[in-house]
Amino acid sequence: MPVKTVLIIDDEPLARSIVQEYLMQYPQITVAQECGDGFEGIKAIIQHKPDLIFLDVQMPKINGFEMLELVDQQPAVIFTTAFDEYALKAFEAHAVDYLLKPFSKERFNKAIEKFLDQPKKPEATTALLETAASSPAQHDRIVVKTGTKIKVIPVQEVIYLEAADDYVNIHTANGAFLKNKTMSFFEQILDPNLFTRVHRSYLVRVEQITRIDPYEKETHILILKSGAKIPVSKAGYAKLKLVLGI
Amino acid sequence: MENATSLFNRFRAVVGAGLLALFSLQNYLLHDFGFSWKVANIDAGTTCVLLAGACLLISNNLKYYQPEKGRSVFILALCLVLSLLWLGACRWLLPQLLTDPAYKVFLIQSLTIRFCISFLIISCMAMLSALRYMQKDQKANEARKLAAETLARDAELYKLRQQLQPHFLFNSLNSISALIGFKPDEARKMIHQLSDFLRGTLKEEQQWVTLSHELQHLQLYLDIEKVRFGHRLTAVLQHNDAADTMLIPTMLLQPLVENAIKFGLYDTIGQVTISLDALVIGGQLQVTISNPYDPETAYPRHGTGFGLTGVKRRLYLLFARHDLVEVKTKDQVFCITLKIPQSLKTEDSNLKPNT
Repeated sequence: MPVKTVLIIDDEPLARSIVQEYLMQYPQITVAQECGDGFEGIKAIIQHKPDLIFLDVQMPKINGFEMLELVDQQPAVIFTTAFDEYALKAFEAHAVDYLLKPFSKERFNKAIEKFLDQPKKPEATTALLETAASSPAQHDRIVVKTGTKIKVIPVQEVIYLEAADDYVNIHTANGAFLKNKTMSFFEQILDPNLFTRVHRSYLVRVEQITRIDPYEKETHILILKSGAKIPVSKAGYAKLKLVLGI
Repeated sequence: MENATSLFNRFRAVVGAGLLALFSLQNYLLHDFGFSWKVANIDAGTTCVLLAGACLLISNNLKYYQPEKGRSVFILALCLVLSLLWLGACRWLLPQLLTDPAYKVFLIQSLTIRFCISFLIISCMAMLSALRYMQKDQKANEARKLAAETLARDAELYKLRQQLQPHFLFNSLNSISALIGFKPDEARKMIHQLSDFLRGTLKEEQQWVTLSHELQHLQLYLDIEKVRFGHRLTAVLQHNDAADTMLIPTMLLQPLVENAIKFGLYDTIGQVTISLDALVIGGQLQVTISNPYDPETAYPRHGTGFGLTGVKRRLYLLFARHDLVEVKTKDQVFCITLKIPQSLKTEDSNLKPNT
C-alpha cells in the first residue's frame, strides 16, 4: 500500500497533537508537517503535495477557507472545527468530511477510512469554498495572492472590480489584485447598496463616482475619484439611477 | 394602591363637605327670601340629598366606564340627563312635602336657576371623578411599566453575562482530550480550572466583587487559554493594592480579555502579549486592556464583538452613562479603557454594591 502524506494545520498545538496521536495506528499514513497558521500551510502544501490535510477553520490572519482558496492544487481535506454554524452548513451541503472538536477516536477513524476508501473529490472542495465565501463573516475582506505574498484586502478599500478572463481584477488605492472568482460571485456577496454592476465587466463602488457623462447612444461613462473611466451599459445605467435615486 | 384608596376617600369627604356647605347656603338663602326655617330645611335637605345621589351615580359610572379621548361629550350628555332627572324629582317631590302655595310659585320660578346650579355641580363632579380615575390608572400603568423594565433589564444583564463562547468551551475540551493521552496530570488540572471558571460565570449578574476577586477569576480563564495557545500567549496583569479593593460588576472584564486574546491571536502571527492595567483615579477604578493588532489584515472591527457592545450596554444599564468606555487604536495596539464609578448614582437599591 502506498504511503499517504498528510499535513495538520491548526493554531493550537494540543489540537495538532491529538491528530498525531490518533494517526499513530495508521502506519500507511505519515505526517509530513504540522503548521500553526495558513501561511505555513500554503508553503507546506506546495512543498509536500500532501494527499490529505487536516484543517482548522479559525486560524490567525487567514482562516482555513481563505487558505484553501489560495491553493492551486487542492488536496483532500478533513476540516476540524470547534463551533462554527456557518462552516457546518457548508460542510454538510458539500459532503466534505469534518470533525467537531473534541472528536473521538472512533469518529476520527471513520473519517480516515472514508478518505482511504474513496478517491478525493476536489470539485466538492471548490463548491464548499463558494458556499463558505458567501458567509456573512467573510464579506468584509478578500484574500489574494500576489506572487508568493498573501494580501488581505478589506472590502472598504475596494474601488471597483473589473472582469479579466477567468479572473476578477480588484482595484484599490494600493494597486490592482487578481482573484480567481467570477463577477457574479462578487456581485452576490458585496452589498448592493455600496457596489453596482454598471456593466457586464464592471462592478463599481457607488461613493467613488464623481461624474456620469453620456457616451455613445444609450451608454454612459463614469469618472471615479481616482480618475478611472468606467463604461456604463444601458441596463447598468438603469441600475445606477435606482441606487443613486435619480 | 392603599394610598390611592385613602386619597380617594378623602376626595369623597371633600365632596360631602361641599354638599353640606351648599345645604347651609341654600337654607340661609331661602330663609332670607322669607320662608320659615322648616320650609328652608326641607327644600334644601331634599335637593341636596338628591344631588348627592346624582353625584354618587356619575362618580360610580365613571369608575367602570371611562370614555376615550374626544368622547367627553358623552359625559356632558350624561350630566345633562342626570340634572334633568334631578330637576324632575325635585319638581315632583317638593310640592308633596310642602303644600304652601307661595312656596309652589317660588319653586316653579326658581326651576331654571336650580337646574343651572345642579348641572354645574354634577359636571364638576364628573370632571373631578374622571380625572381621579385617570390618575389612578396612570399610576398603575407606570408601576407596571417600571416592573416590566426592571424585568427586561435583569434579563438583559443576565444574557449579556452568559456570552461564554461555545468556541472556547469546545476547544478547551479538545485540549483536555489531547492532554489525557500524554499528560494526564495536566489534563486533570485543566478540568479543574475549566470547572472553576464555569462556576464563576454562573454567579448572580448583579453582584459586585472586588477587583482582586475578578482578576482571580480572569486568571483561570487566562491559564486555560495559555494551555490552548502555548507559548504564543503572554498576559501581563498590573494592579496595586488600592485598585484591588475597588468594586467591579462581576464578569465585566472577561469578555474584553476574551476579545483581546481573540484579536491578538488571530490578527497576528507569533508572540502576543495581552496587558491589563488597573489604577485608581479620582476615586474611580480605571481598567485598561490592550492587545496588538495588525491594521492591514484586521477583520473589520464591526464584528469586534459583541463583547465590547455587551460591556458598554451593561455599564449603561448600571450607571446610565455612555462615557465609561473608551476605545483607542495606536501603533498597532488596540486599547480599551473602562471607568468604574464606586458610588452608584442609581435610585435602584438592588443594584447597590453588596460586599
